[in-house]
Amino acid sequence: MAKGKRINGNGDGSGKQTYTISAFSENHIGLLNRITIIFTRRLVNIESLTVSGSALPGIHKFTIVVNDTLEKVEKVVGQIEKLVEVLRAFYHTEDEVIHQEIALYKVPTKAMLEGNKVEEIIRIHHARIIEVRPEYTVIELTGHKEETQNLFDELKEYGLLQFTRSGRIAVTRSSKEHFSSYMKEAGENTVEYAKF
Amino acid sequence: MTIKSTGEPKKLRVTGAEAIMLSLIHEGVDTIFGYPGGAIMPAYDALMNYSDQLRHILTRHEQGAIHAAQGYARVTGRVGVCMATSGPGATNLITGIADAQIDSTPLVCITGQVAAGLLGTDAFQETDVIGISMPVTKWNYLITKAQEIPEIMAQAFYIARTGRPGPVLIDIAKNAQFGELDFEYHKCVRMRSYVPEPRISLDNLKAAAALINKAKKPYVLAGQGIILGGAEKEFLQFVEKSGIPVAWTILGACALPKDHPLNVGMLGMHGNYSTNLKTNECDLLIGVGMRFDDRVTGDVARYARQAKVIHLEIDKAEINKVIPADVPIHGDVKDTLPLLTKLIEKRAHESWLREFKEIDRIEYDKVIRHDLFPSKPGLTMGEVINVINEKTKGEAIAVTDVGQHQMFASRYFHFKNSRSFVTSGGLGTMGFGLPAAHGAKIGAPDKQVILFVGDGGFQMTIQELGTINQTQAAVKIVLLNNKYLGMVRQWQQLFFDKRYSETYLLNPDFIKVAEGFGIKGKKVLERHQLNSAIQEMLDFQGPYLLEVSIEKEDNVFPMVPTGASVSDVILEPKK
Repeated sequence: MAKGKRINGNGDGSGKQTYTISAFSENHIGLLNRITIIFTRRLVNIESLTVSGSALPGIHKFTIVVNDTLEKVEKVVGQIEKLVEVLRAFYHTEDEVIHQEIALYKVPTKAMLEGNKVEEIIRIHHARIIEVRPEYTVIELTGHKEETQNLFDELKEYGLLQFTRSGRIAVTRSSKEHFSSYMKEAGENTVEYAKF
Repeated sequence: MTIKSTGEPKKLRVTGAEAIMLSLIHEGVDTIFGYPGGAIMPAYDALMNYSDQLRHILTRHEQGAIHAAQGYARVTGRVGVCMATSGPGATNLITGIADAQIDSTPLVCITGQVAAGLLGTDAFQETDVIGISMPVTKWNYLITKAQEIPEIMAQAFYIARTGRPGPVLIDIAKNAQFGELDFEYHKCVRMRSYVPEPRISLDNLKAAAALINKAKKPYVLAGQGIILGGAEKEFLQFVEKSGIPVAWTILGACALPKDHPLNVGMLGMHGNYSTNLKTNECDLLIGVGMRFDDRVTGDVARYARQAKVIHLEIDKAEINKVIPADVPIHGDVKDTLPLLTKLIEKRAHESWLREFKEIDRIEYDKVIRHDLFPSKPGLTMGEVINVINEKTKGEAIAVTDVGQHQMFASRYFHFKNSRSFVTSGGLGTMGFGLPAAHGAKIGAPDKQVILFVGDGGFQMTIQELGTINQTQAAVKIVLLNNKYLGMVRQWQQLFFDKRYSETYLLNPDFIKVAEGFGIKGKKVLERHQLNSAIQEMLDFQGPYLLEVSIEKEDNVFPMVPTGASVSDVILEPKK
């Protein structure tokens, strides 16, 4: 369990702040459930959660964003790491990670054709158009939640048909990758059995 | 067909059900506690072929099976095994699984499951037991193919018994039990995602030794980790070299013989007076294989704030969980204690130890004397235990249920040997006692196994008298009957204005009930009958129920009221 720096939280006196928790596990059925019940039991709300294959074959990565106290986060991460099929778990403060989310916006193509306002919005936000149909246009933006939210707020006026946002993905700012060095030692065999 | 568990394994074409039995034999299992039913029937059918190597004990309820497996595991140090069917069979195990999880008892629970093709269809007796048991197992797994059985069983035993032990549940779909495989068994030796033996920090050991060497009032808290690690000898060497007084958690009872000069008594809510008071006077607290449960600490904000803390613990998630450690020593105490013992200087802390003994005198005067040698007419739980102590001389195994009698037994039962006190500590499971005592007797047939049980908890699993009659395991049941849910009644008296809400029990004639189950029994109403009745019970060659009528208004003291500091431990009700 990597230790985060102690900083003063949200400034609302609660001591809460945003943490990005990452956990690396074997790719087994039910692990998502095992991990999320740890949060449920301690009444820690999950702001976002992303699960996908990691850089290493057979290893899954969970990226979980929470807003809570350091003490709670430390304990939750300790319990995650205790799970038999979890290899390692870490937590990081906002200044320790580079993170992104992706958002998709579906707007009526009609709105694009009436004046140049939507085009201007897309340009300002550095969003991109990924599909155009006579009925609708799909726009994509990656960025922090506030950025994707700002675009959402602006496009709302133009009859937004659909909107979806992913959970966070993140990499650490530190140049050392703790997990890869751990994995070098852990080896490629998930389970080893005695030879007779 | 019989396969010996030793020697070169041969590939063998067997059914999944047979593979389960063969896996158990390879893991050295000789006893299974269980209850059959639809989805586990193939396994039960295969069991018949291995009855010369696997003894199955048919309980009267699945909860009886799992508590028996717990009792068996606790006295033998081996993995307890129980088996049940899907749906209600599996859900009836849950209380025992939760109990084993919180008390770190190694178990492998095998449950039948509906055929893989029916999963998720709400089939007859289908329950998502993997989902239900996830928060209370160390690990669980659903087997849907026969070929998976040997490897998963090997992992199950490896996980259950290594590191901080715990319960593992293996759910096996019926089709996997019917399916065939080429059987070959290799024990699991390593999993890359699970490291039960952490690397030991020598720097932290040195830091700990420095703290111990300069401490004036060091204090050791002994937990079950010592017993689970088989480190009783290593602990004794550490204690005798350091000269530090030792108090114990309820599950750490027996880590050190009760009559050892450095054993100062039990910790916690109903622990001793000195052990609680001195917690807030020591200058160094050394937790050894324990987890600072709230029943031990009382109010954490007022717990040992003056002391440095060294915490020796195998489960990393326990370190800094409740009480921050100045020096954590992560590892199996079997490994870490000898390293620490080498680094410390030989000391005696005589005047510090005397401080405990002085307070003990107060407790003896105010509490213990009245518990063990009462002058009033009604019988007390303490005097019953005391008479049994005189006759068993520390050689018996005590098993308890939960409540007042449990606290009296942990305070007064005299134990010499490790693994001779079995109780439900963390979960406080009423109904644990009778089946656990049965499992303990099966695991330790040459020991006198004495169950202390109250009239409430006894009735929660009383059907296990039937199991005991069937095995004729010579469990000695001491029923301490005060006609009340005594511990709850005590709290109602002390903290709820004597409003006795739903704690009076209209009880059956227990002796007749036992007789109906084929078990001999006797009831003691008066003090003069006690000695001979206990002797008769101990001498009887078979299971026996001794019911003792206890004064209903007796309370357990000392007491650290909920939310109070250990310094606020009381010896009698506040006036």
